Amino acid sequence: MNARYFVRKLSTLVVTLFLTVSFNFLLFHVLPGSPVQLLARSGHYDAAAKASLTKLFGLNHGLLTQYFIYLKNMVQGDLGFSYTYRKPVTTVLGAAVGNTVLLVGTATAITVFIGIWLGVKAASRANSLTDTAITVTSLTLWSMPDFFTGMILIFAAGVWTHVLPISGIETPGLTVGWLGHLLDIAKHLILPALTLMLVNAAEFSLITRNAMVDVMVDDYMVTARAKGVAKKVIVWHHALRNALLPIVTATALYVGMVLGGAIQVETVFSWPGMGLLIYNSVEQRDYPVLEGCFLLFAIAVIATNFISDILYQVLDARVRNN
Amino acid sequence: MSEKNVIPKNETVLSVSDLVVRFEGGGRQSKKKIVRAVDGVSFEIVRGEILALVGESGCGKSTIAMAVMRLLKPTSGQIISGGVNLATIHGRALQRARQRIQMIFQDPFGSLDPRQTVMEAVSEPLLIHKVGDSAGERKEMVFEALRMAQLNPPERLSENFPHELSGGQRQRVAIASAMILSPELVVADEPVSMLDVSARAGILRLMMDLRDRLGVSYLFITHDLATAWVVADRIAVVYLGRIVETGPSEVLVKNPAHPYTQALLNASQDGDATISAAAMVLKGEAPSAAAVPTGCRFHPRCPKYVELGKPESCRSEDPRLRVIKKGEITRRDHSAACHFTDEVK
Ligand SMILES: Nc1ncnc2c1ncn2[C@@H]1O[C@H](COP(=O)(O)OP(=O)(O)O)[C@@H](O)[C@H]1O
Ligand code: SF4
Ligand SMILES: [Mg+2]
Repeated sequence: MNARYFVRKLSTLVVTLFLTVSFNFLLFHVLPGSPVQLLARSGHYDAAAKASLTKLFGLNHGLLTQYFIYLKNMVQGDLGFSYTYRKPVTTVLGAAVGNTVLLVGTATAITVFIGIWLGVKAASRANSLTDTAITVTSLTLWSMPDFFTGMILIFAAGVWTHVLPISGIETPGLTVGWLGHLLDIAKHLILPALTLMLVNAAEFSLITRNAMVDVMVDDYMVTARAKGVAKKVIVWHHALRNALLPIVTATALYVGMVLGGAIQVETVFSWPGMGLLIYNSVEQRDYPVLEGCFLLFAIAVIATNFISDILYQVLDARVRNN
Repeated sequence: MSEKNVIPKNETVLSVSDLVVRFEGGGRQSKKKIVRAVDGVSFEIVRGEILALVGESGCGKSTIAMAVMRLLKPTSGQIISGGVNLATIHGRALQRARQRIQMIFQDPFGSLDPRQTVMEAVSEPLLIHKVGDSAGERKEMVFEALRMAQLNPPERLSENFPHELSGGQRQRVAIASAMILSPELVVADEPVSMLDVSARAGILRLMMDLRDRLGVSYLFITHDLATAWVVADRIAVVYLGRIVETGPSEVLVKNPAHPYTQALLNASQDGDATISAAAMVLKGEAPSAAAVPTGCRFHPRCPKYVELGKPESCRSEDPRLRVIKKGEITRRDHSAACHFTDEVK
């Protein structure tokens, strides 16, 4: 791997992270409506209480000082204190992150495989009935909001047929062994993961299809046919390998999309992850928690972009030797 | 150029008859026009022979090549090779036939998969057709093919990706990969027209050399009559999807019988020997396969037609390829599609 490329991408990563962190600070500290005002809305707070709250949140310092304190705390792993949960933000986030990773991770793994498979199927018979069916279905699913797809699934699988649980991550008060517990979680996972998957696999299949269709008319495809390469090999070996770059790029963008989608899906299915946490924190105006969530989401997106840049280089011989 | 009078064994490796390829709605200006890209073409190639198809851009040369390779399905006609009609077979039979006919494309920058190393590209035909007993043996065969294509040292070059090679080197890779199965026939569609002038002679010499050593036949496509003359044993001049004159290179160039060939050669003598330059000399609008003229398809641009006072037969009767008679001598292997070849000196 080209070291200069790596260093360049790494410094971009660092700068982007720094800017994001700073923007996050500005967003919550400069915009009107300080936490003290918000808390004091209920009217139970007198001037002294307000002053002590101001001090508690460190709002008595100048903006620049606040900024440095914010940076220092962050480096030390202190993201502040949640108003609603009355716990450190890191503790609140810690419980939610794992659940979101479980949901988004499961959905993503299936999404990527099914999406690429469908896209390849569609492209290898471009303009056939199969292609049209896949493309139209994908476009329809893609254009539906996540929560809408989720609600349809809730009605179909939960309300009408009662085959799957539609809320939460586990059945409360269930006393079974660890295996039973695991199965219970898996059952709860199916509908929210399916919702995320339907919407995003649709996107993947469209991107894969278009990248493949572009590549399939390239000259070396004709060369492969002339050599006598079987159609299956042409499609999966020659075409997909060359169409992989746009797919990798799409995966990077996808992480941003899927996190946005997770907010909707977790809310609809009451899945106790970061999405639900954001939704609740917005309702409660729990700014420190929101700040922490935004920060984690931003880091996830930035890190994915970095990984995809590196992957891009590994995949693309032209970049590699440039 | 090197010796090219290898005595052919007179065994036909490819026989094309009445080949027709039509495209629907190909016209940019008008909807649903039928493009008569190849409009009744017949020719034969014997073992070790080089037949050049020469003609202006758009006359149907590449379409003929694609049909012979069965990269497209001809509308009608026969393509006989190895005892089978390639025009109608498919699936496994076609797969088997492809072992005997390989192709070299015009654009060496596009025709190689950018993600395949030279080793992968050249060994691919071996894997497809299950030739070679072990990976080691196949590797040795690839090295041998690269050496044959004068890509030295093969051990190092085989590790390269196409973008690391020059145009000439890429075309040699294409040649190595076409030759590795020892095909009977290689279809080469303008194999040097996209290369630097400095690389052209080397590639042409290599191709002729391989013919001499391996006895492979070529269907050699070019828009350049001078190149055809140097490379080919026989030339077929193509105009608007039809062969209008065919004969041994020497005879055709020295005694062209068709007014189109004559016009091309007249232009060639002015120094620039390429057909694209020659075509400028001809009057009339550029020919379109979507609107083939009635009668003789060349008549709107034919100097002879004007010279003869625009005879009715040129506008109404489509001339067939006929053997040229010159006095008492009849050259059976030289024919032209013109009503008035007898009047040609
Ligand atoms: N796939 C296609 N669809 C429609 N028209 C085509 C197609 N391929 C070639 N043609 C037309 O057929 C004619 C012959 O093209 P081609 O065989 O590429 O000529 P050449 O190789 O001699 O330049 C041209 O008029 C071209 O526009
Ligand atoms: S048939 Fe008539 S128009 Fe055609 S080439 Fe001969 S002289 Fe010209
Ligand atoms: Mg062409």
